[in-house]
Amino acid sequence: MKKIIKYVITDILRNKIILSYTIFLLAISFTIFSLEDNSSKGLLSLLNIVLIVVPLISIIFSTIYIYNSAEFIELLVSQPLQRKKIWLSLFTGLATSFTIAFLIGAGVPILLFEPTATGLMIIAVGVLLSVIFVAVAMFAAVKTRDKAKGIGITILIWLYFALVFDGIVLFLLFQFADYPLEKAMIGVSALNPIDLGRILILLKMDVSALMGYTGAIFKDFFGTTTGISISFVVLLLWIIVPLFFSTRKFIRKDL
Amino acid sequence: MIIATNITKRFGKLIALDNVSASCSKGECVALIGPNGSGKTTLIKSILGMVVPDSGTITFNGQNISNNWQYRSQIGYMPQIGRYPENMTIGQVLDMMSDIRMHEGRRDNDLLNEFDFKSLLDKRMRTLSGGTRQKVSAALAFMFDPEVLILDEPTAGLDPVASEILKQKIIAEKKSGKLILITSHILSELDDLATQVIYMQDGKLVFHKPIEVLKHETGEHKLSRAIASVMVQCQ
Repeated sequence: MKKIIKYVITDILRNKIILSYTIFLLAISFTIFSLEDNSSKGLLSLLNIVLIVVPLISIIFSTIYIYNSAEFIELLVSQPLQRKKIWLSLFTGLATSFTIAFLIGAGVPILLFEPTATGLMIIAVGVLLSVIFVAVAMFAAVKTRDKAKGIGITILIWLYFALVFDGIVLFLLFQFADYPLEKAMIGVSALNPIDLGRILILLKMDVSALMGYTGAIFKDFFGTTTGISISFVVLLLWIIVPLFFSTRKFIRKDL
Repeated sequence: MIIATNITKRFGKLIALDNVSASCSKGECVALIGPNGSGKTTLIKSILGMVVPDSGTITFNGQNISNNWQYRSQIGYMPQIGRYPENMTIGQVLDMMSDIRMHEGRRDNDLLNEFDFKSLLDKRMRTLSGGTRQKVSAALAFMFDPEVLILDEPTAGLDPVASEILKQKIIAEKKSGKLILITSHILSELDDLATQVIYMQDGKLVFHKPIEVLKHETGEHKLSRAIASVMVQCQ
């Protein structure tokens, strides 16, 4: 398995996109931190980059990579290798590349300018989001044979998590404004890893006061160690569940 | 050595394999013959575990191949269309395969030497012609000295010199007692190679006979004529 991971990572590094992504993150982070004199404000600007750009690059690159590796996968499947290991190696290779890219691109500047609990939380959420969207991308790629369709689906998935989901939540909140939905919102936020990440970071920033009563309820739940632990477990489930189903599908796939 | 029992595989509405049973043993050279789309490649891919049959079992040396992968270390497979990572060089692909297979015994470089690959090792896979790709596939199939060779249209796209080299290699391997499964539409080639013939049509196995028996039954001396008369009978 180590050998396949090695080949996957060499292959990813060879096509330089990950490298450009790292440099892009580095440039953005340093620019933001040097523009703002208050570096915790910088962290807030960086938050939006992490929540929008990281999932986007991670999901689209991974999908295209899986489709482009069709030949490689086909070659490996005819060899004395377990299919499960082939698939998990691809995942590990992609996840490792994105984690390292994020740690260098955003992790290093954050640690330099703002080595606080909030900073560490952004790093943790960023890494988790990278890996989650690799897992989701692989699930979409194994489900659809057609490349254009597969990439289209992943773009829609990203749109859904980054924009549409919030819209739906707002709509529901307004429609059912007469009912006490604050507690239910905690459950709903678990359905979207990006939202969950955003809440975790915002609460660390102590701007929850701006969110009114809902913010207070969130603070009550996500502010505690149990709340944070549960959130991280949910984020981990967002990795494990898609990965489990995509592996199961890949084992039975005809190549 | 390889026993397939009642293999059925559907791709949507198309029945690619319809209740196919066959058994092949050591030292045989089995020619898989049939019109395009008759299920030859699907059968081969099922044996390799690349296609998962809907029903039926395949055993390799007495072991069921489903959920098993070790058996593939005894198979050398040459696909119909060799697809390789485009931005790797020939040398890297060859090294990667040896690395992945962790082959310990003899490494068979005969074909590499005879195809004169030395000058090509630095070429990227995407720049290769169809014939050269085919040579890479052939070299890889024979490289790890496997017990079973599965060759899907091995000489399609090869120049006469290369295809003669490959043919001699197949004959040599057959003599050393390996099982060889071969599909081809060039029947005159199979005349010197095959000992058994499996004829497939529309996903069904029509017959599986030793080549002598087939020639005797049809009264023909050449495989191509014999198969032609069978095909006419089938239609």
